[in-house]
Amino acid sequence: MATLTLGKALNEGLRRALEADPKVLIMGEDVGKLGGVFRITDGLQKDFGEQRVIDTPLAESGIIGTAVGLAIRGYRPVCEIQFDGFVYPAYDQIVSQVAKMHYRSKGKLRLPIVIRIPFGGGIGAVEHHSESPEAYFVHTAGLKVVACSNPSDAFTMIQQAIAIDDPVIFMEPKRRYWEKGEVDADRSLSDAYPLFASRVARVGTDATVVAYGPMVRTALDAATAAEAEGRDLEVIDLRSLSPMDLGPVYESVRKTGRLIVVHEAPLTGGLGAEIAARVTQECFYSLEAPVQRVAGFDIPYPAARAEEDYLPDLDRVLDSVDKAFGW
Amino acid sequence: MSNGHGGPERDTGKTARTGANGAEDPELGFVQLLTPDGERVEHPDYAVDFTDEELRGLYRDMVVVRRLDAEATALQRQGELGIWASLLGQEAAQVGSGRALRPQDMAFPTYREHGVLYCRGIDPIMPLGLFRGVDQGGWDPNAYKFHMYTIVIGAQTLHATGYAMGVAMDGKVGGDDGEAVIAYFGDGATSQGDVNEAFVWSSVFNAPIVFFCQNNQYAISEPLERQTRVPIYQRASGFGFPGIRVDGNDVLACYAVTRKALDDARHGQGPTLIEAYTYRMGAHTTSDDPTRYRIASEVEAWQAKDPIKRLRALLERTGAADDEFFGAVEDEAAREAVHLRERVLAMPDPHPLEMFDHVYPGGSPELDQQRAEFARYLESFETAGAHHGSPAGGGH
Repeated sequence: MATLTLGKALNEGLRRALEADPKVLIMGEDVGKLGGVFRITDGLQKDFGEQRVIDTPLAESGIIGTAVGLAIRGYRPVCEIQFDGFVYPAYDQIVSQVAKMHYRSKGKLRLPIVIRIPFGGGIGAVEHHSESPEAYFVHTAGLKVVACSNPSDAFTMIQQAIAIDDPVIFMEPKRRYWEKGEVDADRSLSDAYPLFASRVARVGTDATVVAYGPMVRTALDAATAAEAEGRDLEVIDLRSLSPMDLGPVYESVRKTGRLIVVHEAPLTGGLGAEIAARVTQECFYSLEAPVQRVAGFDIPYPAARAEEDYLPDLDRVLDSVDKAFGW
Repeated sequence: MSNGHGGPERDTGKTARTGANGAEDPELGFVQLLTPDGERVEHPDYAVDFTDEELRGLYRDMVVVRRLDAEATALQRQGELGIWASLLGQEAAQVGSGRALRPQDMAFPTYREHGVLYCRGIDPIMPLGLFRGVDQGGWDPNAYKFHMYTIVIGAQTLHATGYAMGVAMDGKVGGDDGEAVIAYFGDGATSQGDVNEAFVWSSVFNAPIVFFCQNNQYAISEPLERQTRVPIYQRASGFGFPGIRVDGNDVLACYAVTRKALDDARHGQGPTLIEAYTYRMGAHTTSDDPTRYRIASEVEAWQAKDPIKRLRALLERTGAADDEFFGAVEDEAAREAVHLRERVLAMPDPHPLEMFDHVYPGGSPELDQQRAEFARYLESFETAGAHHGSPAGGGH
């Protein structure tokens, strides 16, 4: 066991992936000499060379479009999109090419591409640096979408995402990059928790809170606070956004009767809506209250000095818990 | 891969490469080895000898791909294809460049490269499923060294560039057995960001690639002037690699120029942009009506530059081919067309549940559930059908 930040855990995971398969490439803006603006690829170019850790021209569509060609050639590109708000120039290549190639080829062509996106707010950044675009990709057939929330998952999930042949959008909670946690660096991938599975992060009996990425920490903090008020919250880390593993959520809701979904992304058309629909379908007679959603507002991500009010926090989660109980 | 330092210096200053102002006289300075009248002319940079057999082969290819193209257009008119993108008029550009490819080379086509596909030795039935609407391609690009047709304009130029970077990483450049990549696109695509990004990337990574632009003068209805105010081939200089304009209706020049550019690429000299100056004689697709945006006299002027007629004139004048040969080629083309038609008509519609196949290499439990539910829904018509009938397309 080692104590690592989430960012360092990703770095170690990427290093393992580069060691495990010579076809794995890392490509993106500033990922080489600089080690990425968040230093997630720090030291990798030095150790694996300029051919495997590639500083690319500043063009996101080019990063993904050339990754497609490299994958056709037999490589396994891991692309870094520097910030969430910069993925849109690559959106066409991701949605029209990466997502559909296996389908169009009737399964004859696989594109094992991982697209890493640091996402979400809370770091006081200027506009376009704090967005949560995951729903766009979840809505796109052909892409798998996952989000890690802690160092241990970051270390294993990035390796799992690189090892499989599905194209994976890998969402990284950028404001949690510096949070530390235990990482079992000796654990082999075959023993690791499955990539496309949700996980109960905290066992509880009174209400269920589902979150992913940066909001898992927020949900856990809310659960701690709720405990002081005598409410025992169960927290589930969704981990995989597409496909969604809601079995544990159904099980939890049948036990608690109340569900609160938390995400930073805007409310309307967000993952909370999908989760609410499915839980209503599966757990209709267990629900004591309508599913509550705690989300960003339907506005462009606001200026940094307003983001504390925009982002779901402990108090807003608890407020929704109150609503679920007050129904 | 030589990373980011450009290729060896190449002479980009020759007349053929810089040309005159294309807007005033686009044909001045382009590479031509066969005039519209069928005169064989020499070019200092492209001293290529063609044997009579090679000339007959190129003629045969062009006649066959034109005949197959006509058959596909007819099939669309008869309701057997949903749409067809005709290559009529562009046979020389496609056959010339297609025959210039060596077996190890990789091609990234648009949706109009039926002639290139044919020259790769691929069964012309392969892309017809896309146009009939029974699949969306369905072939393995690596098995044919020919990527699937790409419909989003210009997107494939980045795929080709990435593939070419991979070729270089694999150490497959630098000798006669090196691999080269060719990316096809049109004049309209040169306005796309992806194409310009492909130029940047291939340049800074010195990728072994040839950008083959068939400038057929129109992007559906929009003429070249709406895409550019400089000749397309001249754009290459701004990206740091050679650009060259070739008579796109001259199969010999298209072959020679492409062969040279591919060989430059495979030897590690980086990218080249080729602008094949040609004309789309037909509509953009069978859904288009070109009489709304271009005049008959323009089409007639290009008719006089027909790529097949000029090669036939050469073959007749030199005695390289006789009437028996021309008749045999016509017969062969007709037979291939009939064969194509028969197989198009025999293409089965996909089973409804097939649409769930191959979305993910690793599968998806959510999709499995949707498929199972839809299967049950379809089965409900099978059991009810005897009494209540089945809605169109519902039962099996």
